[in-house]
Amino acid sequence: MAAITLKSVKKNYGKTPVIHGVNVEIEAGEFIVILGPSGCGKSTLLRMIAGLEEVTAGEIHIGDRLVNQVEPRDRGCAMVFQNYALYPHMTVAQNIGYSLKVAGVPRAQRDERVRAVAKSVGLEDYLDRRPGQLSGGQRQRVAMARAMVREPKVFLFDEPFSNLDAKLRVAMRAEVRRLHRDLGVTSVFVTHDQTEAMTLADRLIIMNAGRVEQIGKPSEVYNRPASRFVADFIGSPAMNLIEGMFDEQGHFVYGRGGRLAAEPLNGQRRPGRKLVLGVRPEAVRRTNEQKPGAIPALVEYIEELGAARLIHADASGTRIVAVETENVDIPSGAPVHLEFNDDALHVFSAEDGRRIDAHA
Amino acid sequence: MERRAYYRNRLLPWLLIAPQLILIFVFFYWPASQALYWAFTLEQAWGGGNVWVGFDNFRQVFGDARYWNTVMRSGLYALAATGISMTLALVLALFVDRSLRGTKIFQDVYIWPYAIAAPAAGVAFRFIFSPEAGLVGTLNGMWPGIWNPATNGAHALLMVIVCHAWLGIGYNFIFFLAALQMIPRSMFEAGAMDGAGPARRMIDLQLPLIAPTTFFLLIMNIISSFTDSFGLIDVMTEGGPVGSTEVMVYKIYFDGFRGLDYSGAAAQSIVLMLLVMALTFVQFKWIERRIHYA
Amino acid sequence: MIERSPLFNAISYAMMVIGFLIVVTPFWVVLVAASQSLSEIARVPMSLWPSAHLWENIEAAWNRADLGPKLLNSLIVALGVTFGKITIAALSAFSIVFFNYRARMVCFWMIFVTLMLPLEVRIVPTYSIAANALSPFQTLLDTLGLTGLISALTGVEVSLNWNLLNSYTGLILPLVATATGTFLYRQFFMTVPDELVEASKMDGSGPMRFFFDVLIPLSRTNMLALATIMFVSSWNQYLWPLLVTTDRENYGTVVMQLKALIPAQNGTPDWNVTMAGALIIMLPPLVIVALAQRWFVRGLISRDK
Repeated sequence: MAAITLKSVKKNYGKTPVIHGVNVEIEAGEFIVILGPSGCGKSTLLRMIAGLEEVTAGEIHIGDRLVNQVEPRDRGCAMVFQNYALYPHMTVAQNIGYSLKVAGVPRAQRDERVRAVAKSVGLEDYLDRRPGQLSGGQRQRVAMARAMVREPKVFLFDEPFSNLDAKLRVAMRAEVRRLHRDLGVTSVFVTHDQTEAMTLADRLIIMNAGRVEQIGKPSEVYNRPASRFVADFIGSPAMNLIEGMFDEQGHFVYGRGGRLAAEPLNGQRRPGRKLVLGVRPEAVRRTNEQKPGAIPALVEYIEELGAARLIHADASGTRIVAVETENVDIPSGAPVHLEFNDDALHVFSAEDGRRIDAHA
Repeated sequence: MERRAYYRNRLLPWLLIAPQLILIFVFFYWPASQALYWAFTLEQAWGGGNVWVGFDNFRQVFGDARYWNTVMRSGLYALAATGISMTLALVLALFVDRSLRGTKIFQDVYIWPYAIAAPAAGVAFRFIFSPEAGLVGTLNGMWPGIWNPATNGAHALLMVIVCHAWLGIGYNFIFFLAALQMIPRSMFEAGAMDGAGPARRMIDLQLPLIAPTTFFLLIMNIISSFTDSFGLIDVMTEGGPVGSTEVMVYKIYFDGFRGLDYSGAAAQSIVLMLLVMALTFVQFKWIERRIHYA
Repeated sequence: MIERSPLFNAISYAMMVIGFLIVVTPFWVVLVAASQSLSEIARVPMSLWPSAHLWENIEAAWNRADLGPKLLNSLIVALGVTFGKITIAALSAFSIVFFNYRARMVCFWMIFVTLMLPLEVRIVPTYSIAANALSPFQTLLDTLGLTGLISALTGVEVSLNWNLLNSYTGLILPLVATATGTFLYRQFFMTVPDELVEASKMDGSGPMRFFFDVLIPLSRTNMLALATIMFVSSWNQYLWPLLVTTDRENYGTVVMQLKALIPAQNGTPDWNVTMAGALIIMLPPLVIVALAQRWFVRGLISRDK
């Protein structure tokens, strides 16, 4: 178990910067998930921690040791790769035990540890098979067992479930969670799947274009997104983002002249000021009659989800999605009124996309 | 595709590649440069090293009618052997590719000539074509004197060419068959749906689609006819009768080791080297273009 | 695909049978002739059916061309060249593919360009190298003035000399450099996923460990293919052994002996003995190709892609 500290870590490929100074403190024993769209630099960051990628500038500490110049094998990290990276010519047992063999662990001891680890991930019956004879889920387990057998200080996961089908992925997620609870090893897990991220993480690191957008617990990230990017990226269906501007009367004007008088905006009302208003579809309610604060919209279509349905509506040229729990049949083109839960409104700067706290 | 995972080590990669680099330096680049040196110099009769003679050696080689005969003969040899061998191999590959029942046996046998040393095949063909022996020689029993490669230059050349072509069947067949089998099955089915029968599909679909391989083989065969012909000719005719089967590589050997004319042989080597380089270069250019269009 | 074209099928079979005859006839003639007696083989036209004298002809050929020691020489040379080529090719390709140094592409091209310099076009100068394999270095030292410098400093006259004529080293070493092999290995190594390299780094293994524990086992099939091709081509070498061995008695290979088996111009036309010898000489590579066909076909073809 070891803490990991990244100080202004930068990475360039040639002249192109791909990581622009990342600062993160990961506590010992924590389960951290790095989440972001593809190409945001999350894998690069992980690989820098592993020692597979050179650090251009900044410092990486594992425990209290600066590891920038330390070889991967000496960092005490184990890694689970996206495509498992199993050695195709070795049996399951040989794959798992390879690092011990390299380290010169005597055979008897090695066999014992391989057996124990294989048992803990349910592979004891497959030790003599080769990776080619295993299913995707089993290969995944071999990859995890291989990482576990070294009893590392840090586990690194590079999108390990991306090749599994949906059902297996859920099962593997639970397994990883369980292993982490049992072993308590500091883990860094990279994924682009937000459900995976939310369910696994003690804390999330959201990355975008080589920068950290937000670090926080899953609930924090969901409930108080630090930027427009995070708001948009986290949550499904995605948060409604309404771009608009205050007019002379202090009304928030959006789309083709729709108006909104939302209370959380009170501190911001300066004529000409541009903002982005965010509201999750769950916080949008449909009402049938005109109420103060509700905005008129026309239903475009209904997306049936089974337990609920999503109303896609057009409010003065701005698309708004609302969750409808009642089982109703609303024809396309029907007029509705949409009411926002004021407590669930998020405000972001139109310029840099950062969150603006209403009462700050 | 660029690799991203490398090992970092200053010395090790050089240690790993050094044996090969030393070998190619000693046995390829150095001899090649020596050939250049000799081609432009002349060893003095009384010893005392070589003197620079510029293009004299080349002038002498090119001024020799016998050399030009050798060049023409090599060209004829290359075209005939390549043509016969590739045509045969292509036809066989086209039919084998139809995967009719029992084809596998034919396929296995067609590869055999690849395994045979050129001189060994040379000995066998020399016997087959021997005017006295009872195979092709039987013709002489019916029409006396109709066939005699020992005295008739055209007969001798024909004999060598046929043997060379036979030797190339295996190699050419493997490549043609592989190229044919890479054509997607669906293209065939589309052709069949369009009403093209098997013979038609061979001409309209398969032949054009394997054109790159055909070209590759064409160059490889020509180069091989320039170089591999040595063993064959040495065993079958030793360049005779009266030089009528002497090709470029044999003349280099003969002038260099029998005639001890190193400078002349070196000049001829340079010419042959340039020819081989030009052909290889054309090949690279072609492959490059093929990739661009693909 | 369901398609009935009996006529075309018949033509196909006919063509394949003709091809079969063209390919097999020389083999058959060698076998038949090798089994006939001198009087049988002298018959015009000769019978195309095997007779009973195969063993005595083989014995005669064996003695006449001294095939026992010569087969051993051929085997030593072919195995030596094959082993050398594979080792050298694997090491060079490993260096080029898995290490990131500036000159690696230059090295690769230097090796690759040797394809344009087949032995036959550089025989005369290569032969002089065989007389002293260190002469390039001597010449370099001389030209750079280092010989004088060294002798002035240490009093030692540098004179590098390593004669390769009439030695197994001379038969083997000059054939060991291989552009084809390096190229094939490079192609294969490039298909090894980056993640495998990284996984082995995480497992704590360095480059050589990775080479022996992962790359070599993974490339076994390719190695067999390459070995087949290399063995056949080195067994069949003719020109180089001819040049580098003046002592045929001790260092001759079987392929060089073929010429010695041919009946003399005015001697007994005992082609049956010649063919028996040819049969023995062509058999080892033929057996290998027939057995290893599956691998070697793949190896040969991947060269072009």
